[in-house]
Formats: sequence, C-alpha cells, structure tokens
Amino acid sequence: MKTSFWRGRTATALAALAMVAGTAGCLGKTDSADTDRNADAKSFTLTIAENSISGGKNAVGADWISKWIIPHFIAEEKAKGKTAHVTFQPSGAADEDYKAKVALDLKTGSGADIYGIDGIWLGEFADAGYIKPLSDEVGQKAVDSWDGWAQIPKAVQGNFAYNDKRYGVPEGTDGRVIFFNKKLFAQAGLPDDWQPKGWDDILAAGQALKAKVPGVTPIQLNAGTAMGEATTAQGILPLLAGDGRELYADGKWQGNTQAVRDVLGFYQKIYRGGLGDPVLQQDAKGRDKSFAEFAGGKIGMLFESDYFWRGVVDPTEGIAKMPDRDSTVGYALIPAVRPGAGIRNQDFVSMSGGSGWVVNPATKYPQQTWELLRFMNSQQATIASLNGTARITQRQDVNSQVLTSDPMLSFVAEKVLPITAFRPGFAVYPQVSQALQQATLDVVVGKSPADAAATYQHTIEPLVGGAAKVDSN
Amino acid sequence: MVGLGRSRAVAFVAPALVLIGVFLVFPAFWTLYIGVTNYRLTGAAAKAPEVVGLDNYRGVLSDPAFYRSLWLTLIYVLVSAAVGQNVLGFGLAWALRGARRAIRRLIESLVLLAWVLPSSVVAFLWIAMLDRDAGTVNMLLGQSPGTAWLVQYPMTALVVFNIWRGTAFSMMLYSAALSSVPPSHLETARVVGSSTMQTLRDVVLPHIRRHALTNTLLITLWTFNDFTPFLLTAGGPDHRSEVAPVYIYNTAIVGGDMGYSGAVSLVVLLINLLLALVYLRAARAGRSS
Amino acid sequence: MSLAKAVVARILTYVGIALATGFFALPLLWLLSAPFDDSPSYGVHWPSHLTLHNFAALGHNPYAFGSLVNSVLLGAGTMLLVVVVAALAAYALSRVRIPGRDALLYGLLLLSSVITGTAAMVPIFLLIFQLGLIDSRFGVVLVLSGGLLPAAIFLLKDFIDTIPRSYEESARVFGATPLQILRHIVVPVARPGLATIAVWTVVQVWGSFLTPFILLRDPDKQPAAVLVRTFYTEGGSPNLALISTFSLLYSIPVVLMYLFAWSRYGFRFHGGIKS
Repeated sequence: MKTSFWRGRTATALAALAMVAGTAGCLGKTDSADTDRNADAKSFTLTIAENSISGGKNAVGADWISKWIIPHFIAEEKAKGKTAHVTFQPSGAADEDYKAKVALDLKTGSGADIYGIDGIWLGEFADAGYIKPLSDEVGQKAVDSWDGWAQIPKAVQGNFAYNDKRYGVPEGTDGRVIFFNKKLFAQAGLPDDWQPKGWDDILAAGQALKAKVPGVTPIQLNAGTAMGEATTAQGILPLLAGDGRELYADGKWQGNTQAVRDVLGFYQKIYRGGLGDPVLQQDAKGRDKSFAEFAGGKIGMLFESDYFWRGVVDPTEGIAKMPDRDSTVGYALIPAVRPGAGIRNQDFVSMSGGSGWVVNPATKYPQQTWELLRFMNSQQATIASLNGTARITQRQDVNSQVLTSDPMLSFVAEKVLPITAFRPGFAVYPQVSQALQQATLDVVVGKSPADAAATYQHTIEPLVGGAAKVDSN
Repeated sequence: MVGLGRSRAVAFVAPALVLIGVFLVFPAFWTLYIGVTNYRLTGAAAKAPEVVGLDNYRGVLSDPAFYRSLWLTLIYVLVSAAVGQNVLGFGLAWALRGARRAIRRLIESLVLLAWVLPSSVVAFLWIAMLDRDAGTVNMLLGQSPGTAWLVQYPMTALVVFNIWRGTAFSMMLYSAALSSVPPSHLETARVVGSSTMQTLRDVVLPHIRRHALTNTLLITLWTFNDFTPFLLTAGGPDHRSEVAPVYIYNTAIVGGDMGYSGAVSLVVLLINLLLALVYLRAARAGRSS
Repeated sequence: MSLAKAVVARILTYVGIALATGFFALPLLWLLSAPFDDSPSYGVHWPSHLTLHNFAALGHNPYAFGSLVNSVLLGAGTMLLVVVVAALAAYALSRVRIPGRDALLYGLLLLSSVITGTAAMVPIFLLIFQLGLIDSRFGVVLVLSGGLLPAAIFLLKDFIDTIPRSYEESARVFGATPLQILRHIVVPVARPGLATIAVWTVVQVWGSFLTPFILLRDPDKQPAAVLVRTFYTEGGSPNLALISTFSLLYSIPVVLMYLFAWSRYGFRFHGGIKS
C-alpha cells in the first residue's frame, strides 16, 4: 500500500506538470494579430467587468454601466443596423481579490471584453502579457483617431500608459490634500483659510492644536503597515515628492537617501512628539477609526485624497457623515519641505491614482470593444456617470461643467492635478511600498529615522534586483 | 474483513477517492510544485515562470521573521485550540448533558453563532468588543479611553478570540461522542459512588479517546491555517501577532509571490505532521499508563 | 456523595455555565445593536436613533436575498455530497483492514490545508476552467467537497469504529446486503456523528469566500459570503450599517439549520448497544 501510495503521488505530480505545460501551451494561441477580426459582425456580444456592484461597492459606477451605458449603446448600435448584446459583470470585492480574479481570467484567455482595473496594476498586467498596448489590440489608427484623447490631460493619460504605450483609458483621478477641522483650528487661533508653506508650518499648527485644544489628536498622517497602501499613498509619497524625489526615477528606487530620512524624520516629529496617535496607527482598523474621529471633531488635520470628501464625510452618503461638512472641513495643498523644494521645484505637491479600462486581448470583437470603450468615455456618458454627484473625471470638458458645484473638487481639479504625480506601476511596487510602511512603523514605535531607512534599503535591495537599482545618496 | 468484500469496499471508497483525487490531491500537488518555481500572479514571472529549485525554501528557512511567526503560531495553536477549545468544548458538552432543554439550546446556539459567522463579520464583533475608545470590555471595566487590547496584548486577545470562535466544533463533537457512552455505564459509576473525576477518567475517557485525538488533530490543523487574526490585528503591532497565515499573506501574497507561498505551505504542512506525531505519542502514552 | 457536596457541585456548574454564556454572548451584542443604529461604529451602544432604515436599504439591494438562496444551495449541495460520500468511504475504511490506512487519511487531511490558500487558487481555477465548470455552482460544490472530504471521513470513521460489528453480523445472517446494513444499522447508530459532519460542512461552505468568488462570474450565483464583502466603499472602508444588518440575516439560516439537524438527528439517547 505504501509503495503504491508513493507511486500514485509521483504520477499525480507528473500529471500536474503536464497540465501546467499544456495550459501554458494553449494560452499562447488565444492571441490574434488580426485587429479587424469579426469587425463586420451583424450581431455581437460584449461583457464589461468592474469592481463595482449595485447596492454595494461603487454602486454609482455599477448602475451607470447597467442602466445607462448598456441600453444607450445597444440603441446606438441598433440605429446602425447592428445587434449588440452587452452584459455587465459586477464584483465589489476587496481590490486584491478582484485583481486575482481578473488576472486568472486574463491568464486563461477568457472573461470579459473590457475590464476596469486600478492604474497601479497596469505594469504588472502588461509584463505578464495579460494586456497589450491598445494599438496591438485594436490597431494604431483606430486608437489615435479617437478625439477623446484631446480632453484627457497628459498626466492622467500617463496613469494608463506603460513604457510610453497606451494600454487603456483612464476613468478619472484624484488628488491628495490636507483636510482640517476649521472649528478646532479656530480654537487654536489658526485661520479658516490655513495653507502651510512648508513642513514646519504643519508642525507649528499641530503644536498650536496640542496646546490650546486638549483631547484632540492634532495630526493624522497615516503610518505603519496596518494602514497598508494608505500609508504610502497619503503619507510617504507626497512627503517624498515634497522633498524633491519620486519613489522611482531614472531606473532606480529611492533607498536610504536623505529624502527618505527626512520623510521618516517628519514622522518622528509627529509621532514621537505627541502630535499624532501612535496606537491608532497600529490598530488594524486604524484608518476607519481615524475617519470616525475626524468626523467626531477629535482630529485636527488629516492627509487624504478627495475620496475623503466625497465618500467619507459626505453629509448624506458618507461612511462617517458630517452634516456640517461644507462649513467645518477645510482643505489645503500639501507643501514641499520649504517653498520650491518639491519635485519639478514645486512649492506644493500631491499624489494621484485612479482606475480605468483595459481591453482583454482575447476579445472576439476588438473593433466593437473599442467602440464601446470610446462610447463609455464620451462626454455624454461621462456626464451620465456622475449621476448628480461630483467626481474628478478624466475629461476636462466634463470637469469644467460639473465641478463648479463642488468647491473642494474644483480645487483639486484646478490646483492639485497640475502639480500631482503618480505611483510607479511595477510588479514589485507593492513590496517596496510595504517596506516603506514598515519604516514608518519602526519610527512610530521608537527607532531612529536613520536606522529605519537603513533597514528599508536592506529589505528592498533583493526585491528590486540588487543594490544597483537602489539610489542611496 | 467483516461482511464487506474487497470489491465492495473499493466501490464504497471510490467516489471519495475520485473527488479527493481530482479536486484536492491534484491541485494540492500542483501548489506544492509552484513552490519550487518563481511563479507570480502578475508581472513578468507570471508569463514565464522558472523552476528555481529550493530557493523559496532557502528564503523561508533563512528568514528570522518566519521563525518568530512559527513560535507565535505554536503558542496560538496550543493555547487557544489544543487546550482552550478542547477543554471548554468538552466542559460545555459535559455540563450541558443534564441541563434543561431550553437552556441547552440557548447556550449551544450562542456558542454555535460564534462559529457560523464568516470571519469577515466576526472580526467586526471583536473589534467592537476590544476597541480602545468604545469597546464593550473597556465599558464593562469602566475605563474610557481604556486599554487598546488588540495593540497592547495582541496575542492574548487572539487566543481568547479563537477560543470563542472555535469551541463550537469541539462542543458538538464531544456532545455526539458522549452520546455514544452507554448510559448504563454512567449509571453504574454513579451507583458505586465514584466522583465526577473518576467517572470521567474510568468511564468516559476510554469511550471518547479517539474522538479527542481526532478533534485535537483537526482543530490544530485548522487553527494553524486560520487567517482571521489578520482581520483583527493585521499581524501587528510590529509583527507581534504575525502568526503563520498572516506571515504568508504579508510576505507572499502582498507581492503576489505564489512560489514563496507554495513553499511555506509545505513547511507548515510538515510542522503539522510533526505536531500530529507528538499528539499520537501522547495519546499512546496516555492509553498505556 | 453528601448532599452539601452535591449542592456545591451543582452551583459551581451553574456559575460556570453562566460565565460561559456571558463569554459567548458578549461579542454578539454588536450584531444586535448595530443593525438598528443610524450610524454604527466600532462599539456597542444603544442606538441613538432606533431605525429599520438599514433593513430597508438591504431590501433594495438586488442581490441580497438571492445570495442567501445561493448559500443555501451551495451549502445543501456540498453537505449532501460530503455526507453521503464520506459515510460510504468511512464505513468501508472502518470495516476493511488496509495497512497504513490511518496515515493515508491523515496525509489527505494535511493536503486539504494546502488548498485553502491563495496560492492554490491558481491550480484550482485552471482545473475548473479546463473542465468547463467556470461560473457553475456545481463546480464550486465539487471543489469545496474535495477539500472537506478528508476531514469528514476522518471524523466519521471514529464514529463508525465505535459501532459494534456484532449487529452487522447478525443482519448479514438474515441476508442483508452491505448497503442495507449501512442504511438500516450503521447510519441510525452513527446519526449524531453524521449530524455533526452535516452541520460542520454547511458552516464551512457558509463562510467560504475565495472559492465561489474566483469560480463564479454571474453575480446572481454568488453566495452571501461574497456579497457581504461588497458592502465597502471604493476606499476600502466598511459600511458597518449594511454589514451588520446583512450579517444578522445571514446568521439566522445556519442557526435554524443547527437546531433542526440537532433536534432531529443528534442527541439520540443510546439504545442499549453494548460494546
């Protein structure tokens, strides 16, 4: 019995190997170089998949696709004498889970024709061969001739480009600012239209809050690994940009550099100087709790994206509603260390991200898919996607119309987007990001910025391909 | 072989073997095979994974964080499952045996609720329980803001949590096992005036020994692979509650490194095997004494 | 035993039971307060505005009710498959001597822990894809069953091992087939064990997220464990109002099932079988 058991194991392992090889073999065949395949079909079926679901996550987006895009597109095709069947495949899971699902679909050459993905995944998906440049998928001419590109700012287009090639159409973007509670600021003798000019101004305001408004946490700057990507996107990266460095530039990652040590030093001043709540940063639900505390008037200032304004403290739809949001919540640009010290010699900096649409290379109907994608990003469709709410869309012609109703979002569109930067879209980024989060945690719990930065460099060297890929000046 | 020919026995086992073979053994070995590659879910290594031999295993075994997480896992498993759930589960099953029907149903339902709710929900319950500012425990202790239990005492909190979470299974199993102890034996023990301890040792234990071993093996294995601690503490603060599944998540899944997580799976499997051998030995020693 | 001692023992038992009840009930309080709260937080407090608004909001969710039905379908399907297949296998393994049988069973059990992680999702997805069972509930049932069977057989074998063989022998003298013996003699005696397996299987399926999420595409087929994870914002923050409300509804069917299964199949007092 024992021997046959082992023989069985070996046979199974061999079968597994054969299957891996077999699957890998047939995956290559789903690619088709012919971008015009089935372009003349009288009747076709398309599927859109996105991490949104009616009644749950990003419900507005899900309802827009199923109630506006699909019927309008079908009607438009009908007018051209074509029968379109379009279905929507909603998800609504955690981003990482959704990403795994999309990756598996694309890996097997199956799944939807259009996927909504986070811009930060673009590089990994492209490197894996899961997606291809739009020009390879639907043809160079078809892509370039779309008039919509003219409406999308270059920086925002860049979020869906990789190695200087377009891989998809961005859906919108966001920007990071410092939100502050005007009532608490007034009690601390700080102005309603507070705008720090450098990091010292932030610390000074924190000190004022600490001295004059007891029982309040002056500054919430996300730190530590429990906050996850929020620590990197809302904290480290904007600060790094404020010290004139991008995380990845000229083929190298920031290692144990002066800028990284400066950023960690700033964390030290906040969390070892009694200006922040170190325990909250280590709480697994720390970010959610920080939202609730801000809404409850317990936090003076908080670094976040405009999502905070739209999705968190919104008086009616937010998860930590502030009925007096419009009068109580102020916002300021994130300053560089000192004026002119930011990237591109800017006085102020920000970080942006955003999702967008990519085309499945295995689609049966590349031209029709591209047509649908153009339709989804038309001016009319983009306006419909807002459904009365405000959000920074990819199209400037739409933004200039709709954002006037929301001063905060027009502030982001006008003042923040011109100075913003995007995260590097490489497969290794999540691990580098995690190492940075660990460095802030080390500082929060008492390590020196120099030690934390050294450990950080030591962690990322093997990840990014050796010391040569790490900038340590 | 009592009344069941070899061919019939094979026919009885066949459906299970087929299901297990196709949907368990096959993907499991495939996963272990991934453990010797540099396969990733995305990125260039997803396109052309390469066999890297034992590199992943070297990586695991030379990582001090792995040994720390292993130690934490052993504490977590032994205290919360092997001892906590086992003892409380048996205690409840034994104490509720003679309780009134309504009381029994009520308590069993409560214990069971802790077990049936999905982890994503249970995490919220315990965060509300242990929260620094508005948590139930701090409220009962009359302190606000009180102790941040999950930050200051993460492992203790996880152990208590897991006892709460998993006792239902042990309770159910022991209830079922106790119902196979012939009442006449218990009656005899009562008549001859043996104490509860004596009854447990001489009458009950011989009947449920195998169930106890099975139960311990299963809950050990499950606790070892339980991801719920991540939802409560995310492994923090500063890795102080980074049990094995959280370690796998933080080191392998965040970076999409499937090869590494495949390798850790095998290492964890072998440790479980080791634990099982220890249990077996203990059970044998217990029987012969 | 003296009367005083007996009274003390009784009192201690009740105190212990009361403490255990408190321990198990306390965390559940959030599930009773949050769904009726306008803006629930991480903390149990009497809702400042008692409301049923959260239930109404859930009523408008196009997937809420269907997802519970799907959970029941997946749970019942897997439960039937696991209980029947495991019972057959456990019986045969209990009655036929195969060297290394226990080691083999435990080996399978160990392997079942390998396929719970994300790493195993790739092979499972590709396997189900090749079998053409993507987006099929049946495929999910098969994968879940494969993972649960080793533990089910492992547990059930213990129960069947304790059933004396003399019963089967006398039944065989009267000409009963093995299947008849299994149905009419073994199953009735092993009922509490079978009920345990059944409840355990349903609970495992009820909380299972990753397998159905990866293998099903149509949202109308997704079970409640997947749906409850959709009540988050784009920024990943939970909508506690919807999560708590849905969780309350979500836990009811399983508790009912337990009470039903247990009152019907469990707690059978032993019918004088002597071992």
